[in-house]
Amino acid sequence: MTTNEIISPENLVYTKTKVLNDTPMHYCPGCSHGVVHKLIAEIIEEMDFQDKTIGIAPVGCAVFAYKYLDIDWQQAAHGRAPALATAVKRLLPDRLVFTYQGDGDLAAIGTAETIHAANRGENIAIIFINNGIYGMTGGQMAPTTLLGMKSSTSPNGRTAPLNGNPLDITKLLAQLEGTCYVTRQSVHNVASVRKTKKAIRKAFENSMEGKGTSVVEVVSTCNSGWKLSPAASNDWMVENMFPAYPICDLKDL
Amino acid sequence: MNDSKKQNIEEVRLMKGNEAIAHAAVRCGCDGYFGYPITPQSEIMETLMELEPWNTTGMVVLQAESETSSINMVYGGAGCGKRTMTSSSSPGVSLMQEGISYIACAELPCLIVNVMRGGPGLGTIQPSQADYYQSVKGGGHGDYKLITLAPASVQEMADHTVLAFDLAFKYCTPALILADGVIGQMMEKVVLPPFQPRLTEEEIREKYPWATLGKPSSRKPNIITSLSLEAEEMETINLRLQRKYREIEKNEVLFEEFSCEDAEYLVVAFGTTARVCQKAVEMARAEGIKAGLLRPITLFPFPTIAISNYADKVKGMLTVEMSAGQMIDDVKLVVNGRVPVQFYGRMGGIVPSPDEVLKALKEKVVK
Repeated sequence: MTTNEIISPENLVYTKTKVLNDTPMHYCPGCSHGVVHKLIAEIIEEMDFQDKTIGIAPVGCAVFAYKYLDIDWQQAAHGRAPALATAVKRLLPDRLVFTYQGDGDLAAIGTAETIHAANRGENIAIIFINNGIYGMTGGQMAPTTLLGMKSSTSPNGRTAPLNGNPLDITKLLAQLEGTCYVTRQSVHNVASVRKTKKAIRKAFENSMEGKGTSVVEVVSTCNSGWKLSPAASNDWMVENMFPAYPICDLKDL
Repeated sequence: MNDSKKQNIEEVRLMKGNEAIAHAAVRCGCDGYFGYPITPQSEIMETLMELEPWNTTGMVVLQAESETSSINMVYGGAGCGKRTMTSSSSPGVSLMQEGISYIACAELPCLIVNVMRGGPGLGTIQPSQADYYQSVKGGGHGDYKLITLAPASVQEMADHTVLAFDLAFKYCTPALILADGVIGQMMEKVVLPPFQPRLTEEEIREKYPWATLGKPSSRKPNIITSLSLEAEEMETINLRLQRKYREIEKNEVLFEEFSCEDAEYLVVAFGTTARVCQKAVEMARAEGIKAGLLRPITLFPFPTIAISNYADKVKGMLTVEMSAGQMIDDVKLVVNGRVPVQFYGRMGGIVPSPDEVLKALKEKVVK
């Protein structure tokens, strides 16, 4: 059987969602971003929301998220995505508005924007990629870097007296009146990918139902920043990140 | 009295400059205001909250958690092709500079109002004009300009709100109203602009095809960004911005002249200071000194040609500002040494008196 004979409709078992375009992604092999991008794209297609979605891209590795999903995008200044999303959603209440942010963007420089958007209960979905490190700038310490974890700005490992404590911002966000759904997921195996997809879909649906702010944290790997292979990164994440950032629903109203 | 006459008479109102901006914004079809309280401009948001325009025109009004957030909300709204605005005073506008730079690079239209107070630092809540450099020389990072309007009356606070939005959308660039605490706080008669409806979404899609309103299958995604990692691409964007600024300089200069026809001495001042200087010029004329006043209404674009023409006619110029002397740099650049350009200013929230200006004119310029 030749290759061309195999490529026929009856043999089709999977097709990529049309919301995800064919631009080659700039992410490192093994990075979680690509998986989460695909999930968002699939959900937008399944909800038939391609023409009603505005994504807000962050500063960080996902700054170019707008290159990969065929929807309208705004790219925010570092940490300001929830402020942009607030205005977009208030001015266009029938649109699906989500932010896509990393840990530095959401939990350091954008802490105020994140907390106040969530506290106001803006009807937006916040997708939060937490890999405990600054990937784009080359592996510096993030607010979510674990104690003992090495980074280029904590080369001997993070210590609380020198570097301060890791910030569990998701736990904080779950305390706020304005959030309706706060969950922590991962995408390191098939089961977790499926659960994350369900979580993001729920977050999007909550936004459209006007329930308030939904936050989906995806505990992720950064194999280049962590200086580990993709497979070893997954193991390291399960062993070290999950105890500090347990996979669970923190709030589901 | 017929109804239309009655309605017209009712349009003349007595109010503060800050209140006039709020009323004018609702009337000119503004879609969203996002702000954070700071003296001496808090009446803008207070008035909007009392007007409750979300019940009439559908305009969104939101108090943000900071000026940083406000300007980024403006970015988000402007990216949707909506008429969005914010207002603040000097320290708050400093906080907004990051966002303003992004908005300028992303080529989004919006209105920013700065009702200046004395600085630096927390400074004072009294009026000042010391944010001239910040307003017309950049303020944030990178090469960009803001269309900068300098109202000198409550009427102009209302008129400039409409004008600033029109210019911002004409050139897809942020426009700034640079007022000061006097203009913001004082009450004067004002004729408010006529009501014009907010644009419908269909109108926005037609007029501003770049707006992120959701991607129909008929077009590619709209992406609002200020990022281009390739140097050649980023230079192309910069060249486009510079071409736009040259167009604005060519087309949009506004200024006002007072007793300039036969003037031997020219006073240059904007905003509140221009009103003081107008009185000083009248006093000088009464003493037989042929003084005139040129008031730039647009600070960017600056009235370079008008001032340059006077440099060939007058014996000297006096620039008067509520600062250590900032606009004087631009006057000197235009005059280029043809006649002496002197400065008189007060700082820290002091408004100069006409007597002081006249004295400075006599001592520094007329001699």
